[in-house]
Amino acid sequence: MRRIISVLLENEPGALSRVVGLFSQRNYNIETLTVAPTEDETLSRLTVTTSGSDKVIEQITKQLNKLIEVVKLVDLTEGAHIERELMLIKLKATGSQRAEIKRTVDVFRGQIVDVTTSVYTVQLAGNSDKLDAFIQAVGTAGVLEVVRSGVSGIARGEKVLSL
Amino acid sequence: MELLSGADMLIRSLQDEGIEYIYGYPGGAALHIYDALFRQDKVKHILVRHEQAAVHMADGYARATGKPGTVLVTSGPGATNTITGIATAFMDSIPMVILCGQVASTLIGEDAFQETDMIGVSRPVVKHNLSVRHPDEIPEVVKKAYYIAATGRPGPVVIDIPKDMTTPNERYEYQYPKKMKLRSYNPAIRGHAGQIKKAVDMMVAAKRPIIYAGGGVVLGKASEQLIELAHMLGFPVTNTLMGIGGFPASDKQSIGWLGMHGTYESNMAMHHSDLILCVGARFDDRVTNATEKFCPGARIVHIDIDPASISKTINADVPIVGPVDSVLKEMIGLVRENSVKPDEEALIAWWKQIDEWRAFHGMRYEKSDTYIKPQEVIEAVWRLTNGDAYVTSDVGQHQMFAAQYYKFDKPNRWINSGGLGTMGFGLPAAMGIKLNFPEHEVVCVTGEGSIQMNIQELSTCKQYNLPVKIVNLNNQALGMVKQWQDMNYESRHSQSYMDSLPDFVKLAEAYGHVGIRIDKKEDLEPMLKKAFAMKDKLVFLDIYVDPHEHVYPMQVARGSMKDMWLSKTERV
Ligand SMILES: Cc1ncc(C[n+]2csc(CCOP(=O)(O)OP(=O)(O)O)c2C)c(N)n1
Ligand SMILES: [Mg+2]
Repeated sequence: MRRIISVLLENEPGALSRVVGLFSQRNYNIETLTVAPTEDETLSRLTVTTSGSDKVIEQITKQLNKLIEVVKLVDLTEGAHIERELMLIKLKATGSQRAEIKRTVDVFRGQIVDVTTSVYTVQLAGNSDKLDAFIQAVGTAGVLEVVRSGVSGIARGEKVLSL
Repeated sequence: MELLSGADMLIRSLQDEGIEYIYGYPGGAALHIYDALFRQDKVKHILVRHEQAAVHMADGYARATGKPGTVLVTSGPGATNTITGIATAFMDSIPMVILCGQVASTLIGEDAFQETDMIGVSRPVVKHNLSVRHPDEIPEVVKKAYYIAATGRPGPVVIDIPKDMTTPNERYEYQYPKKMKLRSYNPAIRGHAGQIKKAVDMMVAAKRPIIYAGGGVVLGKASEQLIELAHMLGFPVTNTLMGIGGFPASDKQSIGWLGMHGTYESNMAMHHSDLILCVGARFDDRVTNATEKFCPGARIVHIDIDPASISKTINADVPIVGPVDSVLKEMIGLVRENSVKPDEEALIAWWKQIDEWRAFHGMRYEKSDTYIKPQEVIEAVWRLTNGDAYVTSDVGQHQMFAAQYYKFDKPNRWINSGGLGTMGFGLPAAMGIKLNFPEHEVVCVTGEGSIQMNIQELSTCKQYNLPVKIVNLNNQALGMVKQWQDMNYESRHSQSYMDSLPDFVKLAEAYGHVGIRIDKKEDLEPMLKKAFAMKDKLVFLDIYVDPHEHVYPMQVARGSMKDMWLSKTERV
């Protein structure tokens, strides 16, 4: 099953490579990985999406917790949560395609953020399925370039991941 | 406050940490540190002949004392030469701090002379690693390293020290931290009371219980508590290879060690048990055999300081995360107070069954009129050292024979590379122990293959007068490899033959030691006696043993715990 694990990490050089190394060393897969400093500059927040049996996920969280620089972590998929991924996508847009793409972008609540006579650059945020669906909708033939941020997530309601 | 250079701070930190010996080898990036070492005499440095040996020496010391060992090497090749030693310590959770020189921080990333990314290279085989980014943080970094290495589940910690962090004429205020606390690292200090209660209820209700005790008992200094609990309950106890000595071999409740080359009775008892109390062990593949066939009727209580060791390969019914000594102590209290006592009738029947298994096999081997049997060498060594020596070993058949036939009654006496299985470990480990226990008998059981992986240390032994006894079970083959080839590859002995062996007697003599060759049965006992009588001499005993011998019992590959070969022809 797909999981989103959110980690508070000491903002130290080398800490990220330990997390990444752990995944490859123990044969766990990483689907997406995002990391950035938090409002507390001594901490980074890292979000990793992965998949595996319950046993594997349990090992992943335990092994992550064992890393000295991991301060706290939570498996967001254990509760209600919000996940978002940002996509920037360049689409071939000429003639009648232009209006068609515009309509699709509106349906998906995206924005066209850059335009040339033959290309639209679209920005879209949402959960990963929505981004996949958008690509499907516009058709892969017109896609020139895709860049996705990987998933960020946060728990719903009062629950917070902090010190 | 005192002003010291980075190098002086480093050595002072070691002094303040109470470090007496460090093991190492100098080189460019570590020269400021070696100069600081020269200008004091509290921390003593042992110069090895290869950095790998420095790590194994520190490791031997750590295994025998439970205290972290310390290593000092230079950057590049000095650092990379320590990797096998570090990985060895990591696999067996041995506390250790490895200080590595590094090129100046201004040169890092430029492929400078002797630059290696030691933080990157060591990362998968350390508990943690740290690099020094400013000289004034050295005391703190050192304290942190020892704290992390020695607490929780212990392990090696590397400190990478760029040369410009130790410049002699740049001085900073020195103060060694008294305490260390990290917000991101909080090892468990006691087990969950509810879980412990649940476990005890299960234990007293069991009909066919067994205690499976690992290296955690030795590392966690929980031998006394284990003995007390086992005696209260009357349960059989089996140790892992790493747990040997954690429960006395001569205790009548000891049924020997378990797993691939464990005793018949231990493997049978595990397989047929209805409750396994696992204390500080990790259901290693060399213990469980095929996990899907593992102990089908057993419920499992698992105590470990490391939550990640629990339910990793085998699911625990009652996981208990905590230090083994404190958890066992709480269990003892509960068993004492509990109105329900262990099921005596069931236990009598269970012991009757175990005694039958024990009678059926009980570590037998075929004697020979022509050959010296490796097993009888170990039995003789055990007798002649009154079962009280520190015994280190290398890796191979000789290791298994040593573990099987030397009956250890105390923890920290059996010193071997269990997890990584590192040939070359035995001699340097023995040296680390002898240095710290000069009055004690220290025996290295090795093979003619393994000993040659760190034979150069005979020179270090001479320099520091380390009169260990080397028992070389010379079968003129990479015996364990050959055994697998006999059993699985129709005896195609691909590269398992040790040709062109040196004359070990002359070799020992060339290094300034005593060498004795034993190839006749009748010489064995008197020659061993003679060797052990030479208290102040390193004696290299080159003993020609039966080259055809195999280690038994041996679990059948991909079988359950109870599927074993008991000899070349007997399979159960
Ligand atoms: C460094 C290293 N290389 C290879 C091995 C694989 N290996 C395991 S046992 C063994 C043979 C050891 O031979 P020897 O030291 O003579 O011991 P014996 O089995 O003959 O008693 C080998 C090569 C290992 N454990 N360690
Ligand atoms: Mg051999």
